Amino acid sequence: MEKAPLLEMRNIKKDFNGNQVLSDINITLREGEVIGLCGENGAGKSTLMKILFGADVIRETGGYGGDILINNEKVSFQSPFDAIAAGIGMVHQEFSLIPGFKATENILLNRESKKKSILSDLFSDRLDTLDRNEMNRIAQEAIQQMGVNIDKDMVINDMPVGHKQFTEIARELSKKQLKILILDEPTAVLTEKEAEALLDSIRGMSKRGIAVIFITHRLGEILSVCDRVVTMRDGYVVNETPASETSIPEITSWMVGRDVADTGSSYVTEDIGKDKRTILSIKKLWVDMPGETVRNVNLDVREGEILGIGGLAGQGKLGIPKGIMGLCNAGGEINFDGQDIPLNDPRKCLDASFAFVAEDRRNVGLLLDESLEWNVSFPAMQVQDKYLKKYFGGLIKWRDDEAIKKVTAKYIDELKVKCTSTKQKARELSGGNQQKICLAKAFALNPKLLFVSEPTRGIDVGAKALVLDALKKLNKEQGVTIVMVSSELEELRQTCDRIAIVSGGKVSGILPAGEKLEKFGELMLMNC
Amino acid sequence: MNEQKLTLKDLIKSKAQEFGLPRLIITGFLLLLLVLSPIVGADLPTQISNIINRFSWNGILVLAMVPMIHSGCGLNFGLPLGIISGLLGATLSIEFGFEGPVSFIMAALLATPFALVLGSVYGWLLNKIKGGEMMIATYVGFSSVSMMCMMWLLLPYHSPNMVWGMAGKGLRTTISLEGYYTQALASFLQINIGNLTIPTGALLFFALLAFGMWAFLHTKTGTAMTAVGSNPDFARSAGINVDKIRMISVVMSTWLAAIGILVYEQGFGFVQLYMAPFYMALPAVSAILIGGATVNKASIMNVVIGTILFQGIVTMTPTVMNNMIHLDMSEVIRIIVSNGMILYALTRKTEGTR
Ligand SMILES: Nc1ncnc2c1ncn2[C@@H]1O[C@H](COP(=O)(O)OP(=O)(O)OP(=O)(O)O)[C@@H](O)[C@H]1O
Ligand SMILES: [Mg+2]
Repeated sequence: MEKAPLLEMRNIKKDFNGNQVLSDINITLREGEVIGLCGENGAGKSTLMKILFGADVIRETGGYGGDILINNEKVSFQSPFDAIAAGIGMVHQEFSLIPGFKATENILLNRESKKKSILSDLFSDRLDTLDRNEMNRIAQEAIQQMGVNIDKDMVINDMPVGHKQFTEIARELSKKQLKILILDEPTAVLTEKEAEALLDSIRGMSKRGIAVIFITHRLGEILSVCDRVVTMRDGYVVNETPASETSIPEITSWMVGRDVADTGSSYVTEDIGKDKRTILSIKKLWVDMPGETVRNVNLDVREGEILGIGGLAGQGKLGIPKGIMGLCNAGGEINFDGQDIPLNDPRKCLDASFAFVAEDRRNVGLLLDESLEWNVSFPAMQVQDKYLKKYFGGLIKWRDDEAIKKVTAKYIDELKVKCTSTKQKARELSGGNQQKICLAKAFALNPKLLFVSEPTRGIDVGAKALVLDALKKLNKEQGVTIVMVSSELEELRQTCDRIAIVSGGKVSGILPAGEKLEKFGELMLMNC
Repeated sequence: MNEQKLTLKDLIKSKAQEFGLPRLIITGFLLLLLVLSPIVGADLPTQISNIINRFSWNGILVLAMVPMIHSGCGLNFGLPLGIISGLLGATLSIEFGFEGPVSFIMAALLATPFALVLGSVYGWLLNKIKGGEMMIATYVGFSSVSMMCMMWLLLPYHSPNMVWGMAGKGLRTTISLEGYYTQALASFLQINIGNLTIPTGALLFFALLAFGMWAFLHTKTGTAMTAVGSNPDFARSAGINVDKIRMISVVMSTWLAAIGILVYEQGFGFVQLYMAPFYMALPAVSAILIGGATVNKASIMNVVIGTILFQGIVTMTPTVMNNMIHLDMSEVIRIIVSNGMILYALTRKTEGTR
C-alpha cells in the first residue's frame, strides 16, 4: 500500500464577501516533492497558500471551506504559529521582515538561541540572554545553503530587494522542523543568476525530504525544478501534470484557457537612433541607495527611445531612477531638455513631466488602504491639478470623484486589472494586479519621461506581454521616452532599443538590445 | 425567495459588522439607560436635553482630532495646547472689556493668532520626531498646562471679574461668563418644548465647522492630507511636501481646539483655568475612538456618533444610578464611568492596518 501523502488539501473553497476566489481545490503533496503552482494574476495562488499557512486575513474574512490534512490528520490552523509548529514555512509574495533588524535577527526571529543567566534561573526564561555567536552560526549556515553572499549583519532597510528575498528564504531554511516550504514568487525580484542559485537550493531541500510548493510566473523555472505542475485558473485547478511531460506554451494555454500566440518577438539589433537628440543627460550621478549604491553614472538618453538598464542585483541599476526622482539622497548633474533638474526634490522632477514606477510597490508604490481610484489619480491630481473642479477662481480645488472614477475605469480596462470595482482597496488586489495599478498611476501623469523599475514584477505571462506592449504603445503613439530597469534581460531585449548595463555603480557599457547574450554577460561582470 | 432572505441577512450582518460590535454594545447600553430613566423616575426630556447640550459643548473638541488623525500624526493628546490658546483669547477678550455675544467673537479672533503660533511650534516639533507623535503630544499637553499654571498667576490681568479679589492680581480658577458670552450660541434660535431644550445655535455652529472639515477633506490639500497619513512615502513620491501637510493638520487641530473650548465655555457658563485644560484631551480622544475612528482613519460620522455615545453614557449613568439607589454618588459614578470608557477606548484595537 502506498504511504499517505504528507499534505492533502481537499475541496478548499474561499470567498471574500461573496466573491468566490477558490472553488474545490484538491492538491496532494509527498515528502521531498516539488510542485509548481502557476496561474494568471488573481487566479488565487497566494490565497490558497495563505489558507494553508493559517494567515490572519483568511480568518478575518470568514475562514475557508474544505479540509487540510497533514500526514492523514486533519488540521485547522488558527494562526501562522500553528502552521509553523506543524512544519510549514512560507516565504510571502510581499516581504514580511522587520525593517530595523539585522539579517541574522530576522532569520532567527522568535527562535533565538539563548544562554541561561543567573537572572533567568531565578525568574523566568524570558530573561535569558541571546547567544549571538550561535545565532550568527545558524544564520550563516542557512545563508550558505542558498549559495549566495549576503551580509548577515546588514539591517533590512539597507538591503537590495534580492537580498531581502534571500533573507526570508534563509529564515525558513533555518527552521529544523521544516517539512513543507511555500515559496510565493520568490524569484520575481531576482536576476537569472540569483534565481538559479535559489533553484539549486530548492533541489537541495527536496533531497533532504522537504516538500516545496513553488509559485512563479517564470515558467521555465517550474520546468527546471518541479516534479509536478499544478495550473490554476479563476479559482479552479485546471490541470495537473508531471513537469517532464509538458512545455511552456502548454502551461500558458492552460493558464489563460486558450492558445497564446507566440508574439514572435523581434529584437532591435542595431543602434538605430544615433541621430536622435539627447533629451536627458546624466552626469557624475551618485546615489546613496542602500544595497544599490550608484557611484558614478554618466548616461545620455535619447528622445523617444526605450532605454533599458540591466545588471546584477546590488550593482546599482535600481538606484539610478530612485536618485534622479529624488527618493534617495543623490548628487550629480541632470539635464532634461536643456533644463537643469535639481536633485533630491521629487516635486521638481514631477513638474518637469517625469514619472516613476518604483520596484517596491508596497512602500512607495501604493496607498494600500485607499481605493484604486485614489491610487491611480493621486499623483496626477497633486502635480498637474487634474481631476479637480475649481471654484472661486481656483481658490477651492474640489476633488472630482466622477472624473477620477472614469480614468480609473479606463486604466483597469486597458491593463485588464482584476478587481471588483474601482472603489476596492489596493490591499485586496493580487500582487500582479497591484503592479498594474502602479503602472496606471504613472500613465495617468502623461509623462514626457517615464522611469519604470521592474515593471513586470509578479505579472503573469499573458499580462506581461500586455504590460510591455502598453509601454511600447506609450512610446510609439505619444513619443514618451522610457527608461526601463529590469533584472530580466530577456524582457529588456524584447522591449528596448538600447540596453545599458550597470555594474559596480557605473555604466559598464551600452549595447543594442539584440546584441549577443555573451556580450551582456561580460559587461555585467566587468566592475564587480 | 430563499436567496433573497439570505442576502438580506448578509446585508444586516455586514452593516452590523461595519458599525462594529463594541459600538453596538455601547449604543445598546445607552438605549437601555434611556428606557430605564423614566422607570426609575428621572425625567426623560431633561435627560435628552442634557445629552444634546453636552454634545454641543464637546463636539468641536472631538472634531479637532480629525485633521491630525488624517495626516498620520495620530491622536492629538496635545489638545491642551489648543485649549490654552482658546483660554488666552477668552481672558483677553474679557480683559479688553468686550461684553455679551461680541466677547465671544472677539475671544475667537484673539485666540486665533495664539493657536496659529503655538500650533506651528507644536507641528514643527512633531515633524522632528516622526513615529513617536502621540508620546510627544502627551508631553506637550502636560508641559504646556504646567507652564500656563504659572502664567495665569503672573500675567498682568486686571479685570476685577477675573482676578483674585484679595490680591487684585492673578487669575481665578473659574471665571463666570455671566454678562459675557454665556449661552452666546446656545440661545440663538433656541427651542424650548416643556423640559426639552435644544441649543440650536451651538448645534449649527458645530455643523458649520464639521461641514468645513468634510469639505476640506474633499479638496486637493485635504486629499493630500489623507494620503500623507495613509502612506507618507507614497505621498512624497507624488511630490507632496509631507512636513508641510502635517504642519497644516496640527495647526488646524490646535485652532479647532481653541474654538472648541470657547464653545464649551459658552455652554458651561464658566472659563476654567489652571489644570482644567489637562482633563479635556482624554474624553475627546475616547469619544472619537468610541465613534469608530482608528489611529489613522476618522470621519465626521465617527465624531458625531462618538460624541453622542460618550457624552450620553457619561451623563446618563450617574442619573439613572442615583435614582435607583437614592444616594448622591453622581461625581463618583461619573468618574468611574468616564475613566472606564476612556480605558476601554484606549485598549480597543485602534491601530489600523498600516
Ligand atoms: N483581502 C482580500 N479581500 C478581498 N479580495 C481579495 C483579498 N485578497 C485577495 N483577494 C482577491 O482574491 C483573488 C485571488 O488573489 P490572489 O492573491 O490569491 O492571486 P494570485 O493568484 O496570487 O495572483 P498574483 O499572481 O497576481 O499574485 C484576487 O481577485 C483578489 O482580488
Ligand atoms: Mg500572489
